[in-house]
Amino acid sequence: MEYEAVIGLETHVQLRTRTKMWCGCVNEYGAEANTNVCPVCLGLPGVLPVPNAEALRKTALTGMLLNCNVPSYAKWDRKNYFYPDNPKNYQLTQLDFPSTIEGFVEFEFGDGTERVRINRAHLEEDVGKSTHFADHSGVDFNRAGVPLLEIVTEPDLTGADMAYEYLNALKAILEYGGVSDCDMEKGQVRCDVNISVRPIGQTKLGEKIEIKNMNSFSGVRRAATYEIERQIGVLREGGTLIQETRRWDDAVGVTESMRTKEDAHDYRYFPDPDLMPHAPSEEWLAEIRASVMELPLARKQRLIADYHLPASDAEVFVGDAALGDYFEVAAKGAKNPKAVANWVMNNLQAKLTETGGSVADLNFEASAVGELVGLVEGGQISSKIAQDVFVEMFESGKSPTTIVEEKGLSQVSDSGELEAFCNEAIEANPGPAEDFRNGKEAALNFLKGQVMKASRGKANPQMVGELLKKILGS
Amino acid sequence: MPHTLTISQLTDKLAQGELTSREATQACLDRIAAVDGQLNAFLSHDPEDALAQADAADAARAAGEIKPLLGVPIAMKDVIAVNGHPLNCASKILGDFNSPYDATVTQKLCEAGAVIFGRVNMDEFAMGSSTENSAFGPSRNPWDTGRIPGGSSGGSAVAVVADECIASIGSDTGGSIRQPAALCGCVGLKPTYGRVSRYGLVAFASSLDQIGPLTKDVRDAAIMLGVIAGEDQRDSTNVPEPVPDYTAALTGDIKGLKIGLPKEYQVDGLDPEVKAATDAAVAELEKQGAEVKEISLPHTEYAIATYYIIATAAASANLARFEGVRYGARVDGASPEQMNRATRGAGFGEEVKRRIILGTYVLSSGYYDAYYLRAQKARTLIRQDFLNAFKEVDLIASPTTPTPAFKIGEKSGDPLQMYLSDIFTISCNLAGLCGISVPCGFSKEGLPLGLQLLGKPFGEPNLLRAAHAYEQATDWHTKRPQLA
Repeated sequence: MEYEAVIGLETHVQLRTRTKMWCGCVNEYGAEANTNVCPVCLGLPGVLPVPNAEALRKTALTGMLLNCNVPSYAKWDRKNYFYPDNPKNYQLTQLDFPSTIEGFVEFEFGDGTERVRINRAHLEEDVGKSTHFADHSGVDFNRAGVPLLEIVTEPDLTGADMAYEYLNALKAILEYGGVSDCDMEKGQVRCDVNISVRPIGQTKLGEKIEIKNMNSFSGVRRAATYEIERQIGVLREGGTLIQETRRWDDAVGVTESMRTKEDAHDYRYFPDPDLMPHAPSEEWLAEIRASVMELPLARKQRLIADYHLPASDAEVFVGDAALGDYFEVAAKGAKNPKAVANWVMNNLQAKLTETGGSVADLNFEASAVGELVGLVEGGQISSKIAQDVFVEMFESGKSPTTIVEEKGLSQVSDSGELEAFCNEAIEANPGPAEDFRNGKEAALNFLKGQVMKASRGKANPQMVGELLKKILGS
Repeated sequence: MPHTLTISQLTDKLAQGELTSREATQACLDRIAAVDGQLNAFLSHDPEDALAQADAADAARAAGEIKPLLGVPIAMKDVIAVNGHPLNCASKILGDFNSPYDATVTQKLCEAGAVIFGRVNMDEFAMGSSTENSAFGPSRNPWDTGRIPGGSSGGSAVAVVADECIASIGSDTGGSIRQPAALCGCVGLKPTYGRVSRYGLVAFASSLDQIGPLTKDVRDAAIMLGVIAGEDQRDSTNVPEPVPDYTAALTGDIKGLKIGLPKEYQVDGLDPEVKAATDAAVAELEKQGAEVKEISLPHTEYAIATYYIIATAAASANLARFEGVRYGARVDGASPEQMNRATRGAGFGEEVKRRIILGTYVLSSGYYDAYYLRAQKARTLIRQDFLNAFKEVDLIASPTTPTPAFKIGEKSGDPLQMYLSDIFTISCNLAGLCGISVPCGFSKEGLPLGLQLLGKPFGEPNLLRAAHAYEQATDWHTKRPQLA
């Protein structure tokens, strides 16, 4: 019997906000333990939460980026469980009326595009971080109360690689939206993976096994690969699976049981009486909707369609959104956008790497790059001269046309002038001239080089080649 | 005898230079020293700090400052945060915890110039109707120290009636201000839910809790409410309704005011003396021109059950933070779970444990719909009863409590009997109304009785107007117990 895997992911993402979810403490990683804390995020007696408007906005924006609905009513619930890193011993979250629901993420997988449905993206609060020492433990509450978005998929993923690609696509979307930095090293993205297997053709889902607290995408891929094989193995050997929570041991590369359904927590959810339900107004939603940006996949597809770029180029511009924006301005009206792309990706990138700056620091407009490529394409300057012009643009900020005019760099396309250069080269180099006449094609390049040298790069190389052939062939 | 003065009397004398805040504060401190041994109203107080505040108030007054409570000594229920002062909620579990921040009410009182002194006794975490549930021993009724003062704000009521302070702050979740005010013989006002910020009030039942004043007369209640009410960005449930001048409502004119008497409040167990005193009080209001009519609150019989589900559910979560990890008392254990169990087992009293268990139960998987969800629906119906009634009447009158103060220990073995003593006060919190208790007589045994008036949400002006008009025609509020 053949089996198939069914995977759903719950991804926790820290929102990038100035302050925490319920108080004015700074939301930053890496501060000294328990310095970004106050009575509210420490859960002192008597304190009350006040929602962070920026977090609500970024949650709605994320919902829109994930093609979700943003309902007109959302509320907060208390999830009760005791743990030393949980200051109130209940976590504020959204149980049955989340801020965003029913969307999807599209991403490339294999040869095509996959769509994974999003059940919800709801807002909750992060907890503190425990550290265990030899004979005691400590808790750092700097992280407690940091806004956390939980993005829950439907069980639409069919394999470990697909889960991996979904996570990468999700990360790209969140980074694109400026919603989260998604820095794994800083624990800003954590994942729970729900996996079951069933015989192909069976519609009923198998027993769900949850792997908790994954903090890397590659870990998710490895754990899912392992777990799918393990579950299929159990069934093949006639065993049964029970619903349970497992943990991934990255060092050994296995999952192990943490608890079964019987010892599952009863979280005793109930509506938080300290917070009013959130009822987004039309104006508020419209304002956020106006700030929705194009998603990475859509942009890639558009770059390929509109500028005839190869996929690899489009990916570069999607991966570096600022560079992509720069390219699109530079390529506006360009006859050969690919040539503009080459300039931006190669020459401009190299120069930026060299100076350590970004496109925002440049003292010339993106359109100037388009203009420069236009000069080359139109035959006004050679691509070699263009390099010099480009260097000058960096220094002076002048437009390429101005530089070419001021320095008299226009390409020589006057056939009389070029013919003189060619004759000089042939006279000075009788050997190579003879070689060409005798059928040695490569000799022409040498002569061409001499002409270019003599013209200080200004000769139109194509015309030079044609002229040389004409003279030597007559 | 500056400690016997009301707020308005004291501020007049302070303004005229007849008295200083230091003298008034010292008088309260002396009074505490003299009588609190037999009353146990104060859990702690810091005379030096109180006198320093009084001196600062006197200096401010000398510099020409005018503030509504400048130099007035106010006692604070041990459930409201005052920066640098103990915050125990009359529980052992908080250990030697001092609050590192001020409640919004504390801040507003400070801004109004009050001398905030003393932590007054209460039922542990405001859970109780007698102050017997304090981990630090019960407070005693000044009229008969063998009897309870009511609760949970028992210490707040005792301190006012025994003239150990000029006025006090309490909190009311199901009657915890009005009931002890009635049983001790002072004025107790529970403002509309959302009228006063809850920031810094240690939560018992978040959707029911409200801070309010206990005072020697209705005018003082109006002054105090004017100070503590108002918008607070730190409390999302606070309603940004403008704060009127409540003293302006005290016109003495209640002609045409419609007062309803709920027929469902004629309950078994209503003490005949209490009934007679309430009837007489209503007759007095009628005499002054109020129109009295019977009304119906059909869902009254569900109020106590509804209350004990909603309140305990919230409490089970609100009190989860007390486990010894970050503050308060800690009993060590081999694991975090064992530490939790040991700390909470040793730190909480019986009644608090009972309510946490009850609240945990009603929220448990499989029981939520049968209990919590139904209670929420019943609450909506109870609220609707009142909103319907308030289409016909301006105020609702009833006894505050079904009996006068009972004896210490009389009901502590029977929680259900104790819960029933909240019958008249509980619905007000479920419906989010405002309510006041004013003294309306004494039992044959010389125990104070209270008249309760309930008003619609943000209807405090009418509530205070009627209470004040009644008070003007009587002298019950001026009676003081004889203390050795």
